[in-house]
Amino acid sequence: MKVLTHKQELCTGCLECELACSRTYFKTDDRNYSAIRIIENNRTFHARKCTQCGECIDMCTANAIYRDRNGVVRIDKKKCVGCLGCVGFCTELVMFYADDLEVPFKCIACDICSKACPEGALEILVSRVKEN
Amino acid sequence: MGTIIKDYSYTPAKIKHGYSGKSLYINLSDLRIEQKEITEFMKEKFTGGKGFDLWYLWHAVTPETRWDSPENEIVMSVGPLGGITQYAGTGKTLLCSISPLTDIPIDSNVGGYFGPLLKFSGWDAFELQGKSDREILIFIDGNNGRIQIEEAGEYPEDSHLLAEALTKKFAEDEDDMVNVSVVCSGSGAKHSYMGMLNFSFYDPRRKVCRFKQAARGGLGTIMHDKKVKALVVKYRGVKPNLNDPADIATINKVGVKYHKEMHDLDQKQNKMRQIGTANTVMIMSQYDLLPTRNFQTGGDPETVKISPQVFINEWLTQGLHDGCWYGCTMACAKCADHFLITTGPYAGQRVTVDGPEYECAAGLGANLGVFDPQAILEENFYCDTYGIDLISFATCTAFIMECHQRGQITKEQMGGLDLRFGNSHAVLELLHQMSRGEGFGRIAGLGVRNLKRVFVEKFGADPKLLQDIGMEVKGLEYAEYAHKESLAQQGGFAMATKGPQHDEAWLIFMDMVNKQIPTFEDKANALYYFPMFRTWFGLVGLCKLPWNDIVPTDNHKTDSPAKVPEHVQNYVDLFNAVTGKNIDKEELIVQSERVYQFQRVFSVRMGKGERKDDYAPYRSMGPVTREEYLSRQELYDKQLREFQKLDPETMDLDEKIAATRRYREDQYEQLLDAVYRRRGWTENGIPTPERLKAIGMDLPELLEVIEPKL
Repeated sequence: MKVLTHKQELCTGCLECELACSRTYFKTDDRNYSAIRIIENNRTFHARKCTQCGECIDMCTANAIYRDRNGVVRIDKKKCVGCLGCVGFCTELVMFYADDLEVPFKCIACDICSKACPEGALEILVSRVKEN
Repeated sequence: MGTIIKDYSYTPAKIKHGYSGKSLYINLSDLRIEQKEITEFMKEKFTGGKGFDLWYLWHAVTPETRWDSPENEIVMSVGPLGGITQYAGTGKTLLCSISPLTDIPIDSNVGGYFGPLLKFSGWDAFELQGKSDREILIFIDGNNGRIQIEEAGEYPEDSHLLAEALTKKFAEDEDDMVNVSVVCSGSGAKHSYMGMLNFSFYDPRRKVCRFKQAARGGLGTIMHDKKVKALVVKYRGVKPNLNDPADIATINKVGVKYHKEMHDLDQKQNKMRQIGTANTVMIMSQYDLLPTRNFQTGGDPETVKISPQVFINEWLTQGLHDGCWYGCTMACAKCADHFLITTGPYAGQRVTVDGPEYECAAGLGANLGVFDPQAILEENFYCDTYGIDLISFATCTAFIMECHQRGQITKEQMGGLDLRFGNSHAVLELLHQMSRGEGFGRIAGLGVRNLKRVFVEKFGADPKLLQDIGMEVKGLEYAEYAHKESLAQQGGFAMATKGPQHDEAWLIFMDMVNKQIPTFEDKANALYYFPMFRTWFGLVGLCKLPWNDIVPTDNHKTDSPAKVPEHVQNYVDLFNAVTGKNIDKEELIVQSERVYQFQRVFSVRMGKGERKDDYAPYRSMGPVTREEYLSRQELYDKQLREFQKLDPETMDLDEKIAATRRYREDQYEQLLDAVYRRRGWTENGIPTPERLKAIGMDLPELLEVIEPKL
């Protein structure tokens, strides 16, 4: 499966990753539309992004979340009814929503943010484990 | 399949701030289809849901109307908040009609997808009046603005088959099945007064139609009498903003907060996501509240065999979403999958059983002396697919069993059915007889009130005993809580407008365990606030369970934990965010009271809303029999000493029973007085003109009903 990983020791908190994400998917510089969020804590930077754990799949009230062929957890926008149950249930707090969107959004391990990262702190890992 | 006998096109109304502004009227006698305006007056006075239902029903009927009169209506409405997806329990439809069991308005609330999809199809409310001359189904296509009435004679009768057939018929493909919802009943509704309506929702994971029930008061019986086999709605495209809310940001914020609460706390609190409402079975038994063998006792050592853990471990599928409308993270609609049926027409088949809910485990289990989870699930399945209200069925069957136990009716008089406590085979056979319209099943389906008369007149039973042990008020069977030690709950049940159902008030822990409402005034305040508050769910399209089946961690520190203040504020915020209005928690109660008082006056108009109609059978209030007294002798003796300054040592058993009864019946009279005063009613239970004026409900048609009664 594909999952985005973050190396804290390389991250400078420049937020280029957030911009790359929000610009790509929502054509905005507003970080509230980014599926990766860099959080500063005591001058180290932690990245909140989906671990592709898939716990949201079974709890989805519209059966709209699934794991694709690459092992990435995705939201079927046609089926999703925007109940935001997954937002409340995500233990990693990485299912995001915005009030002008009908459905929530999440990291789909697309690689755009890692390409934008000047420090090489982000990387997509591909593994064969944890398919479900 | 069936011939289409009416085809009607309409332009679906756009929803504005929770209301489409239109209601649908269908007359089954002449196949007339009309649209009506939802007026500002209706929104102001009745809010929606049950309020709209009662208003339409009031104008449809006369005091002489009975359940099977052509002018009787089935009215349904989902309310202005119904259909939002971001909060738990937002898909409730409210239905009203004149009940075959009570002859007064019944209201019944139900999940499933029908109500929200009906509203998104452009209809705030739906009236069905008249009677068809042949079996029909009504199909509403909300995307294309089309209503078709079709002959339905050849479709199967029982719900699990009918809903599946119709869902497949009207869906284009597998993905489209979730967009179809069916309302239907079953063969048992034909031959009983306790027929109910199943509301379907398609479960895309299990690939079956699931059901929630508009169970109480005989709605399925009425629908069958009107020869309506099914209602089908189809609407594709549910999204979170279809209600055109005034402030979606608040809805999202309150919704996510609530979903987090559910995620973090449900496992530590009620485990609704694992077991649903049946989580309380053991607790009820421990507190002497689980109705056992027709409410004779409040529990049994055998309850452990039907404990929540047994159902979780052995029967109920875990880990799949079980909500009856989108966004319900409480997900209490549990079910047993691949359940093997052993009796009746579906013996040998594997089915999905929706349940057991608490009422099922308590009613079809303990109250019938059946402590066998497999038997309970099979009874549950047959009640559902036959379209029989399992609460009325359970309470009624428990009554029959006790009549048998006490020699009031014989096995022969029951057509050879050995209806003794614990005999689940006889219970299932009774259900099959109801389905076939044969034998004793046909009589049992008349309900407790009618059975009391039949047993006295036909079998020479003792009328006084039957009055004491027949668990009904106003003609409706009790819901499944024993509550002899909670005076407030005795009132909560017996004063409930439609009949003894705890959707008005569940005060047992407040009253009996936590002793928070010791005085008559305290109890009266609780029997004012909670019925008013809980009525509100039915006005706006919400489920009551998410209110207090989970509570915030700091709820116990608030000034009124039983009210769950933070959740009340959630509801105020949601209402304002959808409708753009600006109510507060006090105005919320006034919205409810308008409809509550209206329904009471409606009952008065139909001949049953007075003091005489608010009395409970003594079984609900205290020990009727010697065995009951002896089962809790220590407690009752203590009460004789403390409350009445009597010395039980000098009294024989019958004297102690009589003294206990005198005391409790007097307490109940005092409770009635206190509650009537608090609700603004006369001593006879009639709402006063002053009270109606104070809440803006001094409408001429109401005053005309109450004035002769003042």
